[in-house]
Amino acid sequence: MKSNRPVNLSMGQVLSVNLRSPVAIASILHRVSGIIIFLLIPVLLWLLQGSLASPESFAHVRETVFGNILVKLVVWVFLAGLIYHFFAGIKHLLADVGVAEELKSGRTAATVMLVISAISILAAFVWVMF
Amino acid sequence: MKSATGLTGSGSRDWVVQRISAIVLALYTVVVFGWIILNPNFGYEAWYGFMMTLPMKIFSLLAVLSLAGHAWIGLWTVLTDYVTTRQMGSGANGLRLVLQAAMVIAVFVFTVWGIQIFWG
Repeated sequence: MKSNRPVNLSMGQVLSVNLRSPVAIASILHRVSGIIIFLLIPVLLWLLQGSLASPESFAHVRETVFGNILVKLVVWVFLAGLIYHFFAGIKHLLADVGVAEELKSGRTAATVMLVISAISILAAFVWVMF
Repeated sequence: MKSATGLTGSGSRDWVVQRISAIVLALYTVVVFGWIILNPNFGYEAWYGFMMTLPMKIFSLLAVLSLAGHAWIGLWTVLTDYVTTRQMGSGANGLRLVLQAAMVIAVFVFTVWGIQIFWG
């Protein structure tokens, strides 16, 4: 008798199929980037608060805090997450209204989005670090 | 009601909230980072003068509230997809409740903090 119960695939099988699909990569990175943004919100709120509280705290954030390479790196990681989540979100909203939601067009949209995000994230690295 | 821990208790309402908040946050990101990019080496006066005008204070309040809803729904989706008894075994339900509680507390703190910066 053939069972209709769902089959649990091993993580290895799931990954070997999904890592070849730009649509699947785009989807999981959308989730990962959202989590990164969420976890780093306190850092950004802290910087925002310091930058607006007083001229002295603004100067402190600008010179001392942003003088620290680790802070710059964390800000870049936040921006990388934000940039990716932004473009993936636009692709998602477009699919909601029927743009690039078929198999082939969806693959193309995911690939284009991944490339645009990668270039923007590299540009953000240069912008923040130098 | 299918889920007690989603944001609105309705999947279709959560769906709408997620999209409206996404549009608000995308616009806010473009406006704030657009200003920063267009004003290299800005000083305190210019930054404060831009962010603390009434329209930007209202926009920031809207963005903070949108972030709260967006993060709640997004993390609910992720946690209820992966932290499940099917994926992780019998301890998953308790762990998920703890993580969701932590997420709700974090969302509350971010919201109060964000409002404090602009309206405190």
